Amino acid sequence: MAEHSEHIVSPKIYAAVLTALLVGTYLTVQAAKVDLGRLNIVVALTIATIKMSLVILFFMHGKYSSRRTQLVIVAGFFWLAIMLGLTLQDYSTRHAEPSRSQISDPGTSLFLGS
Amino acid sequence: MHRTGELYGQYRTLEQQKETASLGMWVFLVTEILFFGGVFLAYTINRHAFPAAFGIGGNMLSLPLGFGNTIVLIASSFTMAMSVWSAQTSHKKLVPIFLILTLALGSVFLGIKVVEYKQKFDHHLIPGHNFDVTYCSNNPAACDLTGKDLDDEKKEIKEGVEAEADEAKRRGAANPEQVGAAALNSHAQLYFSLYFGMTGLHALHMIIGAGLLLWLILEARKGRFDANYNTPVDNVGLYWHFVDIVWIFLFPLLYLINRHLV
Repeated sequence: MAEHSEHIVSPKIYAAVLTALLVGTYLTVQAAKVDLGRLNIVVALTIATIKMSLVILFFMHGKYSSRRTQLVIVAGFFWLAIMLGLTLQDYSTRHAEPSRSQISDPGTSLFLGS
Repeated sequence: MHRTGELYGQYRTLEQQKETASLGMWVFLVTEILFFGGVFLAYTINRHAFPAAFGIGGNMLSLPLGFGNTIVLIASSFTMAMSVWSAQTSHKKLVPIFLILTLALGSVFLGIKVVEYKQKFDHHLIPGHNFDVTYCSNNPAACDLTGKDLDDEKKEIKEGVEAEADEAKRRGAANPEQVGAAALNSHAQLYFSLYFGMTGLHALHMIIGAGLLLWLILEARKGRFDANYNTPVDNVGLYWHFVDIVWIFLFPLLYLINRHLV
């Protein structure tokens, strides 16, 4: 692999990312006040994911890292997706114990019960 | 031995040596992603199970303080990135300045967090014996709760108790009304347990980060970091940005979940 010198991200790009993050924060608060039903959480998490991507790509130099480092970053989120995906799938299909403050009726799933 | 950026024997080039350091940091951050991921998972499952209580809990947090803290933390990530830039471009005088700014903004974040925690303490929202989700709506003067905010909170709690009572009735409870209020209180307590657990864990990371920054500031003032050697600044920067990312998700999930209903 060809050696290349360390990539230096210019302050201009940092300032642009800062602006984008601040705008994103403002947007997420404004969007939260509008009733979008189930879409509220989707919008909030989409904005958060975009903000996270900006931080990783520019502040954390992910865009300019070696392929090896980028693979580690992607692998981290891959494992996270496995953990979240499989656990949520398990919880949404199993019959959960109701909490102590509810009256016992074991035939109800946490998600499908109500 | 001083680590000054000279090439160690096991590496071929300085480039490779630097890449190894940030690769190692990223491997650590991956374990952190999974660590926080588990807590977020617990939150998601409980939020789905008890939507009414979690919505009420979320609306009891202070939006201005949470929003302000998000701005402060994002600004601190920017100053951290700028200190990395200063080191990479050998602006040796700027490195400690940007690090001090980062530490100052981080301290402001933690200070605001203390104000928030104190407020929750006063409002009887610390999980435990004195936890009472109806405290503020019953004692509005003690919480500075007036006008529309008070009406909203009363309405929300009334609807929450009804939702829990319906659920209890469906499960065959003899006295659904009483069970409803108790269930709402204990599920709201669950929300606040997760709130303090998650923000507390995040704050602990901030405190560790502040300690690392303090160390970097002392080193940077000696002019130790430049284009040739800046691995510590770079890696603490990665850590600091990661902590920022955790907050980027905590803010909407904890503070904004049910704002559209009031």
